[in-house]
Amino acid sequence: MNSTSGISPATTAIDAPQDLLIVLRHAPHGSSWLREGLDVALVAAAFGKRVGLLFQGDGVFALLQGQSSGPLAQKGTHPQLAMLEMYDIEHLWVSEAALAARGLPVDSLMLPVTSLEASRIARLMHSHPHTLIF
Amino acid sequence: MLVHAAPYSQQGALSALRFANAVVERGHRLSTVFFYHDGVHNASALMSPPQDEVQLADGWKRLHREGGTQLLVCIAAGLRRGLVDTGEAARHGLNSHSVEPPFELTGVGQLVDAMLENDRLITFAP
Repeated sequence: MNSTSGISPATTAIDAPQDLLIVLRHAPHGSSWLREGLDVALVAAAFGKRVGLLFQGDGVFALLQGQSSGPLAQKGTHPQLAMLEMYDIEHLWVSEAALAARGLPVDSLMLPVTSLEASRIARLMHSHPHTLIF
Repeated sequence: MLVHAAPYSQQGALSALRFANAVVERGHRLSTVFFYHDGVHNASALMSPPQDEVQLADGWKRLHREGGTQLLVCIAAGLRRGLVDTGEAARHGLNSHSVEPPFELTGVGQLVDAMLENDRLITFAP
């Protein structure tokens, strides 16, 4: 089972391993994990590496629309996510279970993503020898 | 090796150093330690732990001295947290610095290169 929102069918290809898989497991606010993980993704892409992103756990909150810096006074990661396409980061995967646990429908997210069930996430990680987890 | 854990606050930093020493003792080459996230604090030249505690800074420097391991610190993560070498201190108008050789401030691109050039990457998070 997988479902894709938006218009990018390329994001469904989990069998086309990227040079680097970055797993994002933290929410945009409250820590710098997400921002520093995305920084690695953008830099790697700028150096010509093919980068895929997997949003797991609270990392799925990064994909919510309508975020701003808000009362926590952190910059937020919205602007970085908006730049992914410019850096040719097109392979965006998200944990189906993480979305469901948080009541987030996949078509409510700000970017076209492919949602994956647990067994496909295992396959995805297995197919990427270079993985960084944030 | 990628270190995200801060020294003394979290076990990850000490575990990373112990693992690094074990790797070298077994005859492997440890080419690079990259400090990122709160791990950049491992590069502070101003750490002054009590004498009867593990001397983490000495441990990192010994890896460099004895095995030529590069000690790379993410410059963006470091600057935010007060980890600056003499060059960056001058550039930002700061009147002191906290990073000295053999630690080197560098871009995160070096992490990506190290990851793709070496057989293995081991991450130590908090």
